[in-house]
Amino acid sequence: MTPLLHVDNISKRFYGFVALDGIDLEVHPGERLGLIGPNGSGKSTLVNCICGTLQNEDGTVYFDGKSLDGLAAHQRTRRGLARSFQLPRPFHSMTLADNLRIPLLYTVHARMGPLRSVGDLDAHCLELLDMFGLAKKAKQLPRHLTQVEMRKLELARAMAAEPKLLIADESMAGLSHSEIDDILALLMRLNERGISIILIEHIMSAVMKFSQRLAVLVSGKKVADGKPEDVVRDPEVVRAYLGQ
Amino acid sequence: MGVVKFSTVTIGVGLLVLAFAHWLKLDYFYFAGYTILQFIVLATAWNILGGYCGYVNFGSAAFFALGAYSSVFMYKFYPLPVPVLVVIGAVVSGIVGFGMGYLTLRLRGAFFAIATLALAVVLQTLVVNWDYVGGSRGAYIVSPDTVDIAGFQINYIEYLFGLMLALALIALATARTIERSQLGFGFGSIRDDEIAAEASGVPTLRLKLIATTLSGAFMGMAGAPFPYYIGYLQPSSAFGLEYTVNSIAMPMIGGTTGWVGPLVGSILLGSLQQIATVTISSAVNLLIVGLLLVAFVIIAPNGLVGLAQEYLRPRRQR
Repeated sequence: MTPLLHVDNISKRFYGFVALDGIDLEVHPGERLGLIGPNGSGKSTLVNCICGTLQNEDGTVYFDGKSLDGLAAHQRTRRGLARSFQLPRPFHSMTLADNLRIPLLYTVHARMGPLRSVGDLDAHCLELLDMFGLAKKAKQLPRHLTQVEMRKLELARAMAAEPKLLIADESMAGLSHSEIDDILALLMRLNERGISIILIEHIMSAVMKFSQRLAVLVSGKKVADGKPEDVVRDPEVVRAYLGQ
Repeated sequence: MGVVKFSTVTIGVGLLVLAFAHWLKLDYFYFAGYTILQFIVLATAWNILGGYCGYVNFGSAAFFALGAYSSVFMYKFYPLPVPVLVVIGAVVSGIVGFGMGYLTLRLRGAFFAIATLALAVVLQTLVVNWDYVGGSRGAYIVSPDTVDIAGFQINYIEYLFGLMLALALIALATARTIERSQLGFGFGSIRDDEIAAEASGVPTLRLKLIATTLSGAFMGMAGAPFPYYIGYLQPSSAFGLEYTVNSIAMPMIGGTTGWVGPLVGSILLGSLQQIATVTISSAVNLLIVGLLLVAFVIIAPNGLVGLAQEYLRPRRQR
């Protein structure tokens, strides 16, 4: 089976600092991949390189069999690669419904032509908000949301672009146990619809519950990649987290 | 309100203003009104980039002056009717707007603002040293007393007033159309968070170029008839600080989120300045603008429109 996402030996430097050092990573259609690593190990840089927010110096990212080299972030989103941000970045002057309208207008329309009328568009925004439990607040501004609702909005906006692969960057950090379960259930539901998901997370219980496969980054290098229960016993991973 | 209805209302309002001015038979009304209308165009143009996209342009005077000086150039090279000059001014300023956007839009916030300020300085230096358009001495433009339109002899100032009125209406209609279109949503996402906009599929660079080009073109349009209005154009008046300051202050005081804000701000500030010019001195104009701007930034950061919306909104959603 050809992978949906194939990260081929990419490297990224910030001046003298090597943030990513020859990373290889594959995600298959419908797969749930967990990506962990200590702070500063390069997880977010990797996401930024995959999504085009940063451009990697070496290596290539392939998506759906095609190279993404040189494509801007919005072009990658249109190809079916969506992400949520670690710190929520809502469009703060727009209502929740309008927040979702942006990716619908600019991604779904761009991909398939203007299929939807204004009414359909409104209905679709509401439907998505409903799926994330935000329908009641459709006409409110993001500043009225709680922290967990903000994370849900972040995921809903990523989903509005109708992606094939969703990268959820620490969408549970700082949430309570029940809120974490809430988000996990949501991600599972999305996965059941056939969307591949990369979950970047520090909360191990959530990662272990969610991931079919687990990859570990340490200091810009991938040190392990395999079944979650094997990976967490890997001596190198243990060393990275607990020290020697 | 639909596009047709809005156009009808706009044209209706325009005709009413014209009829009123004609009935008043007061030349001063045309002179003062022209200036206010010109500021409506400038403020609306500034707001397309500054209000919708969140990119503060300190170079409005440069785009205005480009429009004015392209008219001076054409006047010396091959005189054309003013409506044609408006189109030429729009094209010249639009191209410069596009160029400026391409060169500077990777800069954000204060850095972009400084770059636009630099553009104004560079262009003024060029014009000062360009003898053909008068250099630092300035250029005289002799306009006819009347214009013949369909057999009617119309006072020249009345003609310019009507032209500027049409431009103001076109600018407002354009701004309103943008606001309600996909483009407007895209601009809004850039203003709120550019990285999130890109991640949502918004081609931010392309949209910003559209904004700088449109904004520049409208400023050029506002400037093109100016030499014919003023009769004598020199760099220090065309590149005057008042254009830069007013085209920022008017939308800020009116409200930057919609097309109504710049309109309200221009009429209010423009009229105040005209009254001050007649009763006190034109020298206090910038002082008035400055004080009002400070007051509004503190009391009503979202402008008069924002203040009204806040007042009208149900309490629980505040």
